[in-house]
Amino acid sequence: MLDKVKPHFQEGGRLHAFHSVYDGFETFLFTPRSTSTSGAHIHDSMDSKRTMIIVVMALVPCLLFGMYNAGYQHWVAIGAAEKPFVSLMLYGFLAVLPKLVVSYVVGLGIEFAVAQWRREEIQEGFLVTGILIPLICPIDTPLWMIAVATAFSVIFVKEVFGGTGYNIFNVALVTRAFLFFAYPGQMSGDKVFVDTDAIAGLGEGTVVDTFTGATPLGQVALQAGEQSVTITSTVGSDPVTTSDMFFGLIPGSFGETSTLCILIGAAILLFAGIASWRIIVSVFAGGAVMSLIANACSTPLYPASMLSVADQLCLGGFAFAAVFMATDPVTACRTNVGKYIYGFLIGAIAIIIRVYNNGYPEGAMLAVLLMNAFAPLIDWCVVQSNVRRRERRMKIKITDNE
Amino acid sequence: MAEKIKNKAVFFNPFSKDNPVVVQILGICSILAVTVKLEPAIVMGMSVIAVLAFSNVIISLLRNTIPTNIRIIVQLVVVAGLVIIVNQLLLAFAYDVAIQLSVFIGLIITNCILMGRLEAFAMANSPWPSFLDGVGNGIGYTIILVIVAFFRELLGSGTLFGMQVVPKSFYAAGYVDNGLMILPPMALIIVGCIIWIHRSINKDIQE
Repeated sequence: MLDKVKPHFQEGGRLHAFHSVYDGFETFLFTPRSTSTSGAHIHDSMDSKRTMIIVVMALVPCLLFGMYNAGYQHWVAIGAAEKPFVSLMLYGFLAVLPKLVVSYVVGLGIEFAVAQWRREEIQEGFLVTGILIPLICPIDTPLWMIAVATAFSVIFVKEVFGGTGYNIFNVALVTRAFLFFAYPGQMSGDKVFVDTDAIAGLGEGTVVDTFTGATPLGQVALQAGEQSVTITSTVGSDPVTTSDMFFGLIPGSFGETSTLCILIGAAILLFAGIASWRIIVSVFAGGAVMSLIANACSTPLYPASMLSVADQLCLGGFAFAAVFMATDPVTACRTNVGKYIYGFLIGAIAIIIRVYNNGYPEGAMLAVLLMNAFAPLIDWCVVQSNVRRRERRMKIKITDNE
Repeated sequence: MAEKIKNKAVFFNPFSKDNPVVVQILGICSILAVTVKLEPAIVMGMSVIAVLAFSNVIISLLRNTIPTNIRIIVQLVVVAGLVIIVNQLLLAFAYDVAIQLSVFIGLIITNCILMGRLEAFAMANSPWPSFLDGVGNGIGYTIILVIVAFFRELLGSGTLFGMQVVPKSFYAAGYVDNGLMILPPMALIIVGCIIWIHRSINKDIQE
């Protein structure tokens, strides 16, 4: 079918003006027919569209679990005794579907328009960004906010810098940061992380009286001055254990609650050789070291400093940021030594913000964005020190020869 | 006649082609600080016009008697005196706005546009063109100030000059004011957009 309409889009065809739209669809559906024939290019079907699709596949466990958890939290909130699996999934699916559609339509719409305007091929970077945006937002985020934030970050963070591959900051995270600073009432607090309304007749019921809806880190941040921190489930009765945090049956942004699913995603990324294990490992190491330091000098003034290391690493968006945000090859460090420094600092800064700023219960987003800004500097320093070391080695050799 | 045309250019160029903010990129700090609401932005703009025009005239009158090596000090003294007068006038007649602007009226002294015009224009021209140059640059600055403040107040607070513009039914339907518009970064991004549009219209100033 695509081949039949192809002549229209080629030079001189009637619909030539839309050729980049056509190219985008063709290479999305089939592997490109025109591989490079000369020079040092590696002949491989791994163009960046394939890379992107593997990342999307790695995100699927998080997405599926996010659906289940959205339903689960809702059923807990209405105090239902039994939680039918199919209804839970359907509820979560219906909750997330409009967000996915909005983020893709807005983001891809802008990408297509810009590509058409510049007469370039359509860049495929939004494929991953579009699925990340719903995953890192609270379940109750209004759709028009997602649309505004997506448009803002695609235009000002990506297209202004020259499109996919040239952006300094991670587009999905800037979307979230925009939402976080522009609409704080809709992006934090107790009301947004659990959907309390019925969707399409699913999950009818009134919310139980003890319902709070606060995320674990949100609860912790409010407990300043207490001698120990307690985290309870959304209805305020059962304490939340570390294994709950690991499996992810806690309120939080859509796709980031389950550390287990994130680790499955990480395994897929590492197996396919897309994400850098150096970054992932060093983010967790940085977080662990900083949590231990916070533990060692914990005070009631900063309640999050009393959380154990395992809790710190499982809660909030930390694991998600480590696996899917910090490893974004465009915005991370390029050099291997740089990757260790970059990852370690992301982990440490995320915990510092989380623990020592009670106004921001979670710091992973801000930590990754901050280090995005520093990544080129780290690379530069690493390269320079390497240059100096080699120069010194050369001098020694020369003096030896003399 | 030639004199007339030159004066006209001196007055009108800073509006767009030689705008102190979007072309010379001066005075950005005060744009960030005073553009949350329209009213203080306009008062600030008018204060800058007044200070710039009169300091230009005074320096232009003194230009042949100022020793070159202390000219910056003399310029600063003139500007500081005028700023204090403007500040006292505002405190007397527009107290609320003066409180809102607080330290930024005083900081007109450090506004790069002032020193730039004094050095570049008033030190070399006679009083009347200097006056026109001061007013022109002040208006050029105020135009940008008002555009930025318009968008920031409309999108950030839903008001213009303190009056509700966004209808209540919007809020009932789930609209929320954009909190980022209140914060300084958004002023920078709006100025960036203005520069972008300005340069795509005026192709000759693109680098």
